[in-house]
Amino acid sequence: MTSTERADALVVGERTFASRLLVGTGKYASNDVMVDAIRASGAECVTVSVRRVDLDRSREEAILHHLDPEEFFLLPNTAGCYTADEAVRYARLGRASGFTDFVKLEVIGDQETLLPDPQATIEAARVLADDGFKVMAYTNDDLVTALRLEDAGCAAVMPLASPIGSGLGIVNPHFIRQIKRRLAVPVIVDAGIGTASDACFAMEQGVDGVLLNSAIAGADDPVRMAEAMRLAVDAGRASWRAGRMPARGIAVPSSPERGMLA
Amino acid sequence: MSEPIHIQLNGKDREVSSDLSVRDLIVSLDLAPEMIVVERNRAILRRDDYADVSVEDGDVIELVHFVGGG
Repeated sequence: MTSTERADALVVGERTFASRLLVGTGKYASNDVMVDAIRASGAECVTVSVRRVDLDRSREEAILHHLDPEEFFLLPNTAGCYTADEAVRYARLGRASGFTDFVKLEVIGDQETLLPDPQATIEAARVLADDGFKVMAYTNDDLVTALRLEDAGCAAVMPLASPIGSGLGIVNPHFIRQIKRRLAVPVIVDAGIGTASDACFAMEQGVDGVLLNSAIAGADDPVRMAEAMRLAVDAGRASWRAGRMPARGIAVPSSPERGMLA
Repeated sequence: MSEPIHIQLNGKDREVSSDLSVRDLIVSLDLAPEMIVVERNRAILRRDDYADVSVEDGDVIELVHFVGGG
């Protein structure tokens, strides 16, 4: 990392992250591909889920066999929870693993769309923040909910680009920009990114980071897509910091109009 | 051999021997205690306490760990 990059690092809850790209660990065809893809993405912060151990061993084994907590920052999520109480329970189980007091809070309100339940998310965020958690809250792209989550004590607010796993990209960039403009805590676009241009476009809205999973895991070549995402997030961040030229409805020539041959 | 007791483990009824600690239970399942979080009767146990807490008849125990997720 160069000194310029370090100066522009993502900081959440007083912790500095090596990359503005955060990635999930779900839906990979194999653990080897997952690890290779995460390394190619350059992400340091990696989300994981808390689940019952399968005592019949018919499903996957512990992800800690594959991801070294010394190499990656493991961020437990509360995915799959539908009530505030359930999310608080999962968050506490995640913290008891002993790695971190950060949690990606996610309370789903509707099974078909997987859209978040704002009221339950705010309720759980308040309980967890009061309990010393650094809460990174997944939410919809609604400004008022984002403000309430910040008030509740969240360390970061993470509006969706579009529904989880949809790959539709940012459906409402105006709302994302408003949330970023009004919040003091970091704003990370979480869910809905489909391809590298979506991630770049998200960063160009001025947000602090992007969290994605399916866009890499679901690509034909996840490792290559992970690298594309790394480049896209860096490009989008640089583009935002550079300040884009004003868009115009008419053409403006780039080459001199004078000095043409008669 | 002591009398077996009945517990609910990860949602299923199970018969185990009555002289087990939580740590013994985890090890008997071929699991690594340092990778497991234990919830016993809705209270999360500290990992340092696994060896000291005994499994009691009627306990509801959840063994959880991290899996892939987004």
